[in-house]
Amino acid sequence: MIRLPNVLRYRPREGMVAWAFHRISGIGIFAFVLLHVLDIYLVGGNPKLYDEVLAFYASIPGRFLEVLLGAALLYHSLNGLRIIIIDLWPRMTAYHRILWWGCWVIFIVVGVPGGLIILRPVWLPILQQLGLG
Amino acid sequence: MADQPRQAEGDQSVKVSPLSRGRMRPRGSRRELIIWYAMRISGLMLFVLALAHFSILHFIYDPGAQTADFIANQRWNQFFWRAFDWLLLMNVLFHGFMGVRTVVLDYVHRPAWREFTLLLLYTTAVLLFIIGTQVVLTLPSGTAAQ
Repeated sequence: MIRLPNVLRYRPREGMVAWAFHRISGIGIFAFVLLHVLDIYLVGGNPKLYDEVLAFYASIPGRFLEVLLGAALLYHSLNGLRIIIIDLWPRMTAYHRILWWGCWVIFIVVGVPGGLIILRPVWLPILQQLGLG
Repeated sequence: MADQPRQAEGDQSVKVSPLSRGRMRPRGSRRELIIWYAMRISGLMLFVLALAHFSILHFIYDPGAQTADFIANQRWNQFFWRAFDWLLLMNVLFHGFMGVRTVVLDYVHRPAWREFTLLLLYTTAVLLFIIGTQVVLTLPSGTAAQ
């Protein structure tokens, strides 16, 4: 039976986390691609509605979803590269831990500034209010 | 018994490589091996195309400034960017739908259900191919999109 204390005690190995995140992020990106092809269709079909959809993307909740999408995209890209490297160059398996943690270093180094750029309309007014901006 | 080969094909796709934790290189089916390689090639293409697309439309241009007019007259006023986005669409449709196909083969086991789900999946892919290609080819540039 799945019980919370057991779940918390369970320490999954890197490969299993890599697999699960890859699948979850992949399905998330897939869902957005479906939406995105349809919204681009509106540019020609119903420009007014397109502008409304884009206004939602640019809103504060929309921007948090964009950060989530960007994170899924970045993780899936980096982990996908890791999979390709190990599949096509099996000797790299000796360095699988470095590759895995390397993915996360790049994820943080690229992802945090990226997220901050997207969320500028969230934190910029707060800075200004504090007299720092 | 007509479902027998497909069942075996499904069992094969469930295998996860213990090394990379990606899909294991398939054996015994030339078609599956081609898909396996194509997933990796389209993945590499997307590493460049999708990340560039996301960066351009989120970091260089802010979504707050993107209207239908912006898409028609700025973003897509050059052949290069239309071709770029169409190439991205082709890769994303192949990679995304083949990826979800693997998920379907993993979780949907009853032959009739599997057939139905895959048919639905491929129909959606063809539909998105048609819609996406039509937009890229026919959206007029240089005219007000109002």
